[in-house]
Amino acid sequence: MNKQAEESGEALIDVRDVHYAIGTHTVFSGLNVRVAQGSITAIMGPSGTGKTTLLRLIMGQVRPQSGQVRVFGQDVPSLARTELYALRQRVGMLFQNGALLTGMSVFDNVAFPVREHARLPEAVLRELVLMKLQAVGLRGAAGLMPSELSGGMARRVALARAIVMDPEVLLYDEPFVGLDPISKGVILRLIQSLNRAMKITSVLVSHDVTEISRIADQTYLIAGGKVVAEGSPAALEQDGTAVVKQFISGAPDGPVPFHYPAGDYFTQLLQR
Amino acid sequence: MSAGAPDIGLRGGVIKLGAVTRFLLRVLGQSVPALKRPRLLVAQIYNAGARSLVIIMLSGVFVGMVLGLQAYDLLARFGSESALGVAAALGLIRELAPVLTALLFAGRAGTALASEIGLMGATDQLTAMEMMAVDPVRYVVAPRFLGGVIAMPLLTAIFDCVGIYGTQLIGVTMMRIPPGTFWSQLVNAVELRDIREGFIKSVVFGVTCSLVAVYEGYYAEPTAEGVGLATTRTVVTSAVLILMLDYILTAMFL
Repeated sequence: MNKQAEESGEALIDVRDVHYAIGTHTVFSGLNVRVAQGSITAIMGPSGTGKTTLLRLIMGQVRPQSGQVRVFGQDVPSLARTELYALRQRVGMLFQNGALLTGMSVFDNVAFPVREHARLPEAVLRELVLMKLQAVGLRGAAGLMPSELSGGMARRVALARAIVMDPEVLLYDEPFVGLDPISKGVILRLIQSLNRAMKITSVLVSHDVTEISRIADQTYLIAGGKVVAEGSPAALEQDGTAVVKQFISGAPDGPVPFHYPAGDYFTQLLQR
Repeated sequence: MSAGAPDIGLRGGVIKLGAVTRFLLRVLGQSVPALKRPRLLVAQIYNAGARSLVIIMLSGVFVGMVLGLQAYDLLARFGSESALGVAAALGLIRELAPVLTALLFAGRAGTALASEIGLMGATDQLTAMEMMAVDPVRYVVAPRFLGGVIAMPLLTAIFDCVGIYGTQLIGVTMMRIPPGTFWSQLVNAVELRDIREGFIKSVVFGVTCSLVAVYEGYYAEPTAEGVGLATTRTVVTSAVLILMLDYILTAMFL
Protein backbone atom coordinates (compact mmCIF):
# COMPACT_ATOMS: atom_id res chain seq x y z
CA MET A 1 0.00 0.00 0.00
CA ASN A 2 2.79 2.34 0.89
CA LYS A 3 4.64 1.58 -2.31
CA GLN A 4 1.44 2.21 -4.22
CA ALA A 5 1.03 5.56 -2.53
CA GLU A 6 4.57 6.53 -3.40
CA GLU A 7 4.27 5.36 -6.99
CA SER A 8 0.93 7.12 -7.54
CA GLY A 9 2.71 10.46 -7.21
CA GLU A 10 1.33 11.26 -3.76
CA ALA A 11 3.40 13.63 -1.67
CA LEU A 12 5.97 11.78 0.45
CA ILE A 13 4.91 13.90 3.43
CA ASP A 14 1.37 15.17 3.49
CA VAL A 15 0.18 17.34 6.36
CA ARG A 16 -3.49 18.11 5.85
CA ASP A 17 -5.71 20.49 7.82
CA VAL A 18 -3.80 19.90 11.04
CA HIS A 19 -5.00 21.51 14.24
CA TYR A 20 -2.65 21.31 17.19
CA ALA A 21 -2.74 23.11 20.52
CA ILE A 22 -0.69 22.90 23.70
CA GLY A 23 -3.13 23.61 26.49
CA THR A 24 -4.92 26.81 25.53
CA HIS A 25 -2.16 27.90 23.13
CA THR A 26 -3.06 27.12 19.51
CA VAL A 27 0.04 26.21 17.50
CA PHE A 28 -1.60 25.16 14.22
CA SER A 29 -5.10 25.85 12.99
CA GLY A 30 -5.58 24.24 9.61
CA LEU A 31 -1.99 23.68 8.53
CA ASN A 32 -1.38 22.20 5.06
CA VAL A 33 2.10 21.18 3.88
CA ARG A 34 3.06 18.78 1.10
CA VAL A 35 6.60 17.56 0.47
CA ALA A 36 7.30 16.04 -2.93
CA GLN A 37 9.70 13.13 -3.30
CA GLY A 38 13.28 14.15 -4.00
CA SER A 39 12.67 17.82 -3.28
CA ILE A 40 14.22 20.26 -0.83
CA THR A 41 11.33 21.87 1.00
CA ALA A 42 11.86 24.75 3.37
CA ILE A 43 9.57 25.56 6.27
CA MET A 44 10.08 29.16 7.26
CA GLY A 45 8.48 31.50 9.71
CA PRO A 46 9.13 33.74 12.69
CA SER A 47 10.40 32.21 15.93
CA GLY A 48 7.70 30.49 17.95
CA THR A 49 5.42 29.69 15.03
CA GLY A 50 5.76 25.95 15.55
CA LYS A 51 8.28 25.01 12.85
CA THR A 52 10.02 22.48 15.08
CA THR A 53 6.62 21.26 16.30
CA LEU A 54 5.79 20.47 12.67
CA LEU A 55 8.85 18.18 12.51
CA ARG A 56 7.71 16.52 15.75
CA LEU A 57 4.30 15.94 14.19
CA ILE A 58 5.89 14.40 11.11
CA MET A 59 8.04 12.10 13.28
CA GLY A 60 5.04 11.09 15.40
CA GLN A 61 6.48 12.53 18.59
CA VAL A 62 3.33 14.57 19.13
CA ARG A 63 -0.17 13.96 17.80
CA PRO A 64 -2.47 16.58 16.32
CA GLN A 65 -5.93 17.14 17.78
CA SER A 66 -7.34 16.83 14.26
CA GLY A 67 -6.16 16.55 10.67
CA GLN A 68 -3.90 14.11 8.89
CA VAL A 69 -0.14 13.62 8.94
CA ARG A 70 0.87 11.07 6.31
CA VAL A 71 4.45 9.97 5.69
CA PHE A 72 5.16 7.33 2.99
CA GLY A 73 1.37 7.04 2.75
CA GLN A 74 1.08 5.99 6.41
CA ASP A 75 -1.10 7.89 8.85
CA VAL A 76 1.55 8.74 11.48
CA PRO A 77 -0.68 9.56 14.51
CA SER A 78 -2.45 6.19 14.26
CA LEU A 79 0.75 4.11 14.09
CA ALA A 80 1.61 1.71 16.92
CA ARG A 81 5.01 2.14 18.59
CA THR A 82 6.70 -0.63 16.56
CA GLU A 83 5.28 0.73 13.28
CA LEU A 84 6.38 4.23 14.23
CA TYR A 85 9.90 2.96 14.97
CA ALA A 86 9.94 1.18 11.58
CA LEU A 87 8.98 4.45 9.91
CA ARG A 88 11.62 6.40 11.82
CA GLN A 89 14.30 4.07 10.45
CA ARG A 90 13.46 5.47 7.01
CA VAL A 91 13.67 9.09 8.18
CA GLY A 92 16.74 10.88 9.51
CA MET A 93 16.62 13.98 11.66
CA LEU A 94 19.25 16.62 12.30
CA PHE A 95 18.70 18.45 15.57
CA GLN A 96 19.39 22.12 16.10
CA ASN A 97 22.17 21.40 18.61
CA GLY A 98 23.26 18.12 17.03
CA ALA A 99 22.04 16.11 20.05
CA LEU A 100 25.12 13.89 19.96
CA LEU A 101 25.37 11.27 22.70
CA THR A 102 27.95 12.87 24.96
CA GLY A 103 29.27 9.62 26.45
CA MET A 104 30.40 8.27 23.06
CA SER A 105 33.11 9.21 20.59
CA VAL A 106 32.29 10.67 17.18
CA PHE A 107 32.77 7.22 15.61
CA ASP A 108 30.44 5.51 18.09
CA ASN A 109 27.84 8.25 17.68
CA VAL A 110 27.69 7.65 13.94
CA ALA A 111 27.76 3.87 14.42
CA PHE A 112 25.01 4.00 17.07
CA PRO A 113 21.90 3.62 14.85
CA VAL A 114 23.53 0.81 12.85
CA ARG A 115 24.57 -1.07 15.98
CA GLU A 116 21.01 -0.77 17.28
CA HIS A 117 19.20 -1.83 14.13
CA ALA A 118 21.55 -4.04 12.11
CA ARG A 119 23.98 -6.81 12.85
CA LEU A 120 26.97 -5.83 10.78
CA PRO A 121 30.45 -7.26 11.24
CA GLU A 122 32.62 -4.66 12.98
CA ALA A 123 34.90 -4.34 9.92
CA VAL A 124 31.96 -3.51 7.63
CA LEU A 125 30.54 -1.11 10.21
CA ARG A 126 33.90 0.64 10.44
CA GLU A 127 34.02 1.14 6.67
CA LEU A 128 30.45 2.44 6.63
CA VAL A 129 31.02 4.91 9.46
CA LEU A 130 34.30 6.18 7.99
CA MET A 131 32.56 6.61 4.63
CA LYS A 132 29.83 8.76 6.19
CA LEU A 133 32.36 10.77 8.19
CA GLN A 134 34.39 11.27 5.00
CA ALA A 135 31.23 12.59 3.32
CA VAL A 136 30.91 15.32 5.96
CA GLY A 137 34.66 15.93 6.03
CA LEU A 138 35.26 14.67 9.57
CA ARG A 139 36.92 11.28 9.11
CA GLY A 140 39.90 12.68 10.98
CA ALA A 141 37.71 13.50 13.98
CA ALA A 142 36.42 9.93 14.44
CA GLY A 143 38.25 9.49 17.73
CA LEU A 144 37.18 12.80 19.28
CA MET A 145 34.50 13.17 21.93
CA PRO A 146 31.51 15.49 21.31
CA SER A 147 32.82 17.93 23.92
CA GLU A 148 35.93 18.44 21.75
CA LEU A 149 33.92 19.54 18.69
CA SER A 150 32.92 23.03 17.58
CA GLY A 151 29.22 23.77 16.93
CA GLY A 152 29.63 23.35 13.18
CA MET A 153 31.57 20.10 13.55
CA ALA A 154 28.98 18.70 15.96
CA ARG A 155 26.25 19.40 13.43
CA ARG A 156 28.23 17.69 10.68
CA VAL A 157 28.75 14.62 12.87
CA ALA A 158 25.02 14.64 13.60
CA LEU A 159 24.43 14.80 9.85
CA ALA A 160 26.70 11.79 9.31
CA ARG A 161 24.70 9.96 12.01
CA ALA A 162 21.42 10.98 10.36
CA ILE A 163 22.48 9.53 6.98
CA VAL A 164 24.23 6.40 8.21
CA MET A 165 21.04 4.32 7.81
CA ASP A 166 20.55 5.70 4.26
CA PRO A 167 17.22 7.40 5.01
CA GLU A 168 14.76 8.34 2.31
CA VAL A 169 13.84 11.59 4.07
CA LEU A 170 16.00 13.97 6.11
CA LEU A 171 14.49 16.54 8.44
CA TYR A 172 16.74 19.45 9.37
CA ASP A 173 15.83 21.54 12.41
CA GLU A 174 17.43 24.99 12.09
CA PRO A 175 20.64 23.65 10.48
CA PHE A 176 22.27 27.09 10.13
CA VAL A 177 21.61 28.57 13.57
CA GLY A 178 24.70 29.81 15.40
CA LEU A 179 27.15 28.85 12.65
CA ASP A 180 29.90 31.01 11.16
CA PRO A 181 29.68 31.72 7.39
CA ILE A 182 32.13 28.95 6.51
CA SER A 183 30.26 26.31 8.53
CA LYS A 184 26.98 27.55 7.06
CA GLY A 185 28.41 27.14 3.58
CA VAL A 186 29.61 23.62 4.41
CA ILE A 187 26.22 22.55 5.76
CA LEU A 188 24.49 24.15 2.77
CA ARG A 189 26.68 22.26 0.32
CA LEU A 190 26.17 19.01 2.23
CA ILE A 191 22.37 19.36 2.20
CA GLN A 192 22.47 19.98 -1.53
CA SER A 193 24.85 17.15 -2.33
CA LEU A 194 22.94 14.65 -0.15
CA ASN A 195 19.75 15.62 -1.91
CA ARG A 196 21.30 15.21 -5.35
CA ALA A 197 23.63 12.26 -4.82
CA MET A 198 21.50 10.14 -2.50
CA LYS A 199 18.11 11.39 -3.74
CA ILE A 200 17.16 12.19 -0.17
CA THR A 201 13.96 14.18 0.22
CA SER A 202 14.83 17.05 2.51
CA VAL A 203 12.71 19.21 4.79
CA LEU A 204 14.46 22.24 6.26
CA VAL A 205 13.09 24.22 9.12
CA SER A 206 14.84 27.55 9.10
CA HIS A 207 14.48 31.29 9.12
CA ASP A 208 17.65 32.00 7.20
CA VAL A 209 16.12 33.55 4.08
CA THR A 210 19.40 33.89 2.16
CA GLU A 211 20.49 30.29 2.65
CA ILE A 212 17.06 28.86 1.95
CA SER A 213 16.66 30.82 -1.26
CA ARG A 214 19.86 29.21 -2.56
CA ILE A 215 18.79 25.60 -2.20
CA ALA A 216 15.03 25.15 -1.66
CA ASP A 217 12.70 23.93 -4.41
CA GLN A 218 9.58 24.75 -2.44
CA THR A 219 9.08 27.08 0.49
CA TYR A 220 6.28 27.35 3.02
CA LEU A 221 5.97 30.41 5.22
CA ILE A 222 4.08 29.70 8.43
CA ALA A 223 2.61 32.41 10.63
CA GLY A 224 -0.36 32.47 12.97
CA GLY A 225 -0.77 28.70 12.92
CA LYS A 226 -1.16 28.27 9.17
CA VAL A 227 0.68 28.60 5.87
CA VAL A 228 0.54 32.22 4.76
CA ALA A 229 2.60 31.80 1.61
CA GLU A 230 4.05 28.98 -0.45
CA GLY A 231 6.01 28.56 -3.64
CA SER A 232 9.57 28.75 -4.90
CA PRO A 233 11.93 31.09 -3.02
CA ALA A 234 11.85 33.45 -6.04
CA ALA A 235 8.05 33.52 -5.99
CA LEU A 236 8.08 34.30 -2.28
CA GLU A 237 10.41 37.24 -2.85
CA GLN A 238 7.88 38.67 -5.31
CA ASP A 239 4.94 38.04 -2.95
CA GLY A 240 3.17 41.27 -2.01
CA THR A 241 1.57 39.99 1.20
CA ALA A 242 2.53 42.16 4.17
CA VAL A 243 3.67 39.31 6.40
CA VAL A 244 5.81 37.79 3.63
CA LYS A 245 7.36 41.18 2.84
CA GLN A 246 8.11 41.74 6.53
CA PHE A 247 9.72 38.32 6.88
CA ILE A 248 11.81 38.56 3.71
CA SER A 249 12.99 42.11 4.44
CA GLY A 250 13.48 41.46 8.15
CA ALA A 251 11.44 44.50 9.23
CA PRO A 252 11.20 44.56 13.05
CA ASP A 253 7.52 45.55 13.17
CA GLY A 254 4.56 44.70 10.98
CA PRO A 255 1.93 41.96 10.91
CA VAL A 256 4.30 40.06 13.20
CA PRO A 257 4.47 42.65 16.00
CA PHE A 258 7.70 43.75 17.67
CA HIS A 259 5.98 43.95 21.08
CA TYR A 260 4.58 41.03 22.97
CA PRO A 261 0.88 41.77 23.64
CA ALA A 262 0.62 44.15 26.61
CA GLY A 263 -1.64 46.85 28.03
CA ASP A 264 -1.13 50.56 27.54
CA TYR A 265 2.49 51.52 28.32
CA PHE A 266 1.65 54.95 29.83
CA THR A 267 -1.04 53.48 32.10
CA GLN A 268 1.31 50.77 33.30
CA LEU A 269 4.02 53.32 34.12
CA LEU A 270 1.57 55.32 36.23
CA GLN A 271 0.42 52.26 38.13
CA ARG A 272 1.97 51.62 41.53
CA MET B 1 -5.34 26.22 54.17
CA SER B 2 -8.53 25.12 52.44
CA ALA B 3 -10.32 22.00 53.54
CA GLY B 4 -9.75 20.41 50.15
CA ALA B 5 -5.97 20.73 50.24
CA PRO B 6 -5.20 17.40 51.95
CA ASP B 7 -7.46 15.64 49.47
CA ILE B 8 -5.60 17.23 46.54
CA GLY B 9 -2.33 16.20 48.18
CA LEU B 10 -3.55 12.64 48.65
CA ARG B 11 -4.92 12.48 45.12
CA GLY B 12 -1.70 13.94 43.75
CA GLY B 13 0.24 11.34 45.73
CA VAL B 14 -1.85 8.48 44.38
CA ILE B 15 -1.50 9.80 40.81
CA LYS B 16 2.29 10.08 41.25
CA LEU B 17 2.44 6.58 42.71
CA GLY B 18 0.50 5.30 39.71
CA ALA B 19 2.84 7.07 37.30
CA VAL B 20 5.92 5.66 39.08
CA THR B 21 4.41 2.15 39.05
CA ARG B 22 3.70 2.38 35.32
CA PHE B 23 7.24 3.61 34.74
CA LEU B 24 8.61 0.72 36.86
CA LEU B 25 6.64 -1.79 34.78
CA ARG B 26 7.99 -0.18 31.59
CA VAL B 27 11.55 -0.34 32.94
CA LEU B 28 11.10 -3.96 34.05
CA GLY B 29 9.72 -4.79 30.60
CA GLN B 30 12.90 -3.39 29.03
CA SER B 31 15.18 -4.99 31.63
CA VAL B 32 15.26 -8.37 29.89
CA PRO B 33 16.65 -6.87 26.65
CA ALA B 34 19.04 -4.82 28.81
CA LEU B 35 20.31 -8.02 30.48
CA LYS B 36 21.27 -9.30 27.03
CA ARG B 37 23.73 -6.42 26.67
CA PRO B 38 26.26 -7.22 29.38
CA ARG B 39 28.70 -4.48 28.33
CA LEU B 40 26.15 -1.74 28.99
CA LEU B 41 25.11 -3.36 32.25
CA VAL B 42 28.66 -3.87 33.53
CA ALA B 43 29.44 -0.22 32.76
CA GLN B 44 26.49 0.85 34.89
CA ILE B 45 27.37 -1.51 37.75
CA TYR B 46 30.84 0.05 37.63
CA ASN B 47 29.39 3.58 37.65
CA ALA B 48 26.93 2.97 40.46
CA GLY B 49 28.97 0.43 42.44
CA ALA B 50 32.71 0.69 41.95
CA ARG B 51 32.66 4.48 41.93
CA SER B 52 30.82 4.47 45.27
CA LEU B 53 33.40 2.17 46.90
CA VAL B 54 35.55 4.86 48.50
CA ILE B 55 32.66 6.65 50.20
CA ILE B 56 31.11 3.33 51.30
CA MET B 57 34.36 1.95 52.76
CA LEU B 58 35.30 5.20 54.49
CA SER B 59 31.85 5.53 56.01
CA GLY B 60 31.77 1.84 56.91
CA VAL B 61 34.99 1.88 58.87
CA PHE B 62 34.02 4.99 60.84
CA VAL B 63 30.49 3.73 61.53
CA GLY B 64 32.03 0.46 62.75
CA MET B 65 34.45 2.33 65.01
CA VAL B 66 31.72 4.56 66.49
CA LEU B 67 29.57 1.50 67.02
CA GLY B 68 32.55 -0.18 68.72
CA LEU B 69 33.03 2.74 71.15
CA GLN B 70 29.33 3.14 71.97
CA ALA B 71 28.60 -0.58 72.29
CA TYR B 72 31.75 -1.13 74.39
CA ASP B 73 30.69 1.63 76.78
CA LEU B 74 27.18 0.18 77.05
CA LEU B 75 28.27 -3.44 77.41
CA ALA B 76 30.97 -2.53 79.97
CA ARG B 77 28.22 -1.33 82.30
CA PHE B 78 26.89 -4.89 82.41
CA GLY B 79 30.30 -6.54 82.32
CA SER B 80 29.60 -8.01 78.87
CA GLU B 81 32.38 -6.40 76.82
CA SER B 82 33.13 -9.74 75.17
CA ALA B 83 29.79 -9.53 73.32
CA LEU B 84 30.98 -6.45 71.44
CA GLY B 85 31.55 -8.36 68.20
CA VAL B 86 28.04 -9.86 68.27
CA ALA B 87 26.35 -6.55 69.03
CA ALA B 88 28.22 -4.72 66.30
CA ALA B 89 27.82 -7.44 63.70
CA LEU B 90 24.07 -7.84 64.25
CA GLY B 91 23.54 -4.08 64.29
CA LEU B 92 25.51 -3.68 61.10
CA ILE B 93 24.25 -6.66 59.15
CA ARG B 94 20.56 -6.28 59.95
CA GLU B 95 20.20 -2.52 60.14
CA LEU B 96 23.02 -0.05 59.78
CA ALA B 97 24.76 -1.36 56.68
CA PRO B 98 21.68 -1.63 54.42
CA VAL B 99 20.25 1.72 55.56
CA LEU B 100 23.45 3.75 55.54
CA THR B 101 24.65 2.22 52.26
CA ALA B 102 21.30 3.11 50.68
CA LEU B 103 21.46 6.68 52.01
CA LEU B 104 25.02 7.10 50.76
CA PHE B 105 24.09 5.47 47.45
CA ALA B 106 21.19 7.92 47.01
CA GLY B 107 23.55 10.81 47.67
CA ARG B 108 26.32 9.66 45.36
CA ALA B 109 25.04 7.35 42.64
CA GLY B 110 21.35 8.38 42.76
CA THR B 111 22.09 12.04 42.14
CA ALA B 112 24.59 11.15 39.41
CA LEU B 113 21.96 8.98 37.67
CA ALA B 114 19.21 11.59 37.94
CA SER B 115 21.36 14.46 36.71
CA GLU B 116 22.90 12.41 33.89
CA ILE B 117 19.52 11.29 32.53
CA GLY B 118 18.03 14.74 33.16
CA LEU B 119 20.84 16.41 31.21
CA MET B 120 20.47 13.89 28.39
CA GLY B 121 16.84 14.98 28.20
CA ALA B 122 17.70 18.67 28.33
CA THR B 123 20.21 18.32 25.49
CA ASP B 124 17.77 16.38 23.26
CA GLN B 125 19.80 13.16 23.49
CA LEU B 126 16.78 11.12 24.62
CA THR B 127 14.63 12.65 21.86
CA ALA B 128 17.38 11.92 19.34
CA MET B 129 17.31 8.25 20.38
CA GLU B 130 13.53 8.20 19.96
CA MET B 131 13.97 9.67 16.48
CA MET B 132 16.54 6.98 15.66
CA ALA B 133 13.92 4.40 16.65
CA VAL B 134 15.83 3.47 19.81
CA ASP B 135 13.78 3.34 23.01
CA PRO B 136 15.66 5.44 25.60
CA VAL B 137 14.06 3.42 28.39
CA ARG B 138 15.70 0.29 26.97
CA TYR B 139 19.06 1.87 26.17
CA VAL B 140 19.52 4.45 28.94
CA VAL B 141 17.11 3.81 31.82
CA ALA B 142 16.95 0.01 32.17
CA PRO B 143 20.74 -0.62 32.34
CA ARG B 144 21.15 2.15 34.92
CA PHE B 145 18.25 0.85 36.98
CA LEU B 146 19.61 -2.72 36.91
CA GLY B 147 23.13 -1.49 37.63
CA GLY B 148 21.89 0.20 40.79
CA VAL B 149 19.83 -2.80 41.89
CA ILE B 150 22.81 -5.16 41.47
CA ALA B 151 25.34 -2.76 43.02
CA MET B 152 23.40 -2.08 46.23
CA PRO B 153 23.66 -5.56 47.88
CA LEU B 154 27.34 -5.75 46.89
CA LEU B 155 28.05 -2.36 48.45
CA THR B 156 26.08 -3.37 51.55
CA ALA B 157 28.18 -6.53 51.92
CA ILE B 158 31.34 -4.43 51.68
CA PHE B 159 29.94 -1.98 54.26
CA ASP B 160 29.27 -4.97 56.55
CA CYS B 161 32.84 -6.27 56.28
CA VAL B 162 34.51 -2.89 56.64
CA GLY B 163 32.20 -1.93 59.51
CA ILE B 164 32.99 -5.10 61.44
CA TYR B 165 36.68 -4.45 60.81
CA GLY B 166 36.21 -0.94 62.29
CA THR B 167 34.55 -2.38 65.40
CA GLN B 168 37.35 -4.91 65.69
CA LEU B 169 39.89 -2.08 65.59
CA ILE B 170 38.21 -0.52 68.62
CA GLY B 171 37.33 -3.70 70.52
CA VAL B 172 40.41 -5.85 69.95
CA THR B 173 43.19 -3.36 69.21
CA MET B 174 42.15 -0.52 71.53
CA MET B 175 40.04 -2.09 74.27
CA ARG B 176 42.04 -5.35 74.42
CA ILE B 177 39.14 -7.76 74.03
CA PRO B 178 40.75 -11.11 73.17
CA PRO B 179 40.43 -11.63 69.38
CA GLY B 180 39.35 -15.24 69.86
CA THR B 181 36.44 -14.16 72.05
CA PHE B 182 35.48 -11.35 69.70
CA TRP B 183 35.41 -13.49 66.54
CA SER B 184 34.08 -16.76 67.97
CA GLN B 185 31.10 -15.04 69.64
CA LEU B 186 30.42 -13.15 66.41
CA VAL B 187 30.53 -16.30 64.28
CA ASN B 188 28.32 -18.25 66.71
CA ALA B 189 25.67 -15.54 67.08
CA VAL B 190 25.21 -14.36 63.51
CA GLU B 191 22.71 -16.60 61.72
CA LEU B 192 21.75 -16.97 58.13
CA ARG B 193 18.43 -15.24 58.75
CA ASP B 194 20.31 -12.11 59.90
CA ILE B 195 22.22 -12.02 56.64
CA ARG B 196 19.01 -12.75 54.72
CA GLU B 197 17.30 -9.78 56.43
CA GLY B 198 20.14 -7.46 55.49
CA PHE B 199 20.23 -8.81 51.94
CA ILE B 200 16.47 -8.39 51.36
CA LYS B 201 16.61 -4.85 52.75
CA SER B 202 19.50 -3.95 50.47
CA VAL B 203 17.69 -5.29 47.39
CA VAL B 204 14.49 -3.37 48.27
CA PHE B 205 16.52 -0.22 48.88
CA GLY B 206 18.40 -0.81 45.62
CA VAL B 207 15.14 -0.98 43.65
CA THR B 208 13.79 2.08 45.48
CA CYS B 209 16.85 4.31 45.09
CA SER B 210 17.47 3.36 41.47
CA LEU B 211 13.81 3.76 40.51
CA VAL B 212 13.53 7.17 42.16
CA ALA B 213 16.74 8.34 40.46
CA VAL B 214 15.88 7.18 36.93
CA TYR B 215 12.27 8.38 37.24
CA GLU B 216 13.22 11.84 38.45
CA GLY B 217 15.93 12.12 35.78
CA TYR B 218 13.71 10.90 32.95
CA TYR B 219 10.86 13.26 33.78
CA ALA B 220 13.01 16.25 34.78
CA GLU B 221 12.14 19.61 33.25
CA PRO B 222 14.63 20.07 30.39
CA THR B 223 16.22 23.13 32.01
CA ALA B 224 19.16 23.71 34.35
CA GLU B 225 16.72 24.43 37.18
CA GLY B 226 14.65 21.37 36.33
CA VAL B 227 17.66 19.04 36.45
CA GLY B 228 18.76 20.60 39.75
CA LEU B 229 15.31 20.08 41.24
CA ALA B 230 15.21 16.48 40.01
CA THR B 231 18.56 15.81 41.71
CA THR B 232 17.33 17.31 44.97
CA ARG B 233 14.08 15.35 44.82
CA THR B 234 16.06 12.16 44.22
CA VAL B 235 17.95 12.51 47.49
CA VAL B 236 14.99 13.68 49.57
CA THR B 237 12.51 11.10 48.24
CA SER B 238 15.03 8.25 48.44
CA ALA B 239 16.03 9.11 52.01
CA VAL B 240 12.44 9.29 53.26
CA LEU B 241 11.44 6.09 51.43
CA ILE B 242 14.48 4.19 52.71
CA LEU B 243 13.67 5.04 56.34
CA MET B 244 9.96 4.28 55.90
CA LEU B 245 10.61 0.99 54.14
CA ASP B 246 13.23 0.10 56.75
CA TYR B 247 10.63 0.36 59.49
CA ILE B 248 8.14 -1.77 57.54
CA LEU B 249 10.75 -4.44 56.70
CA THR B 250 12.13 -4.54 60.25
CA ALA B 251 8.61 -4.96 61.65
CA MET B 252 8.01 -7.79 59.17
CA PHE B 253 11.22 -9.63 60.05
CA LEU B 254 10.91 -9.39 63.84
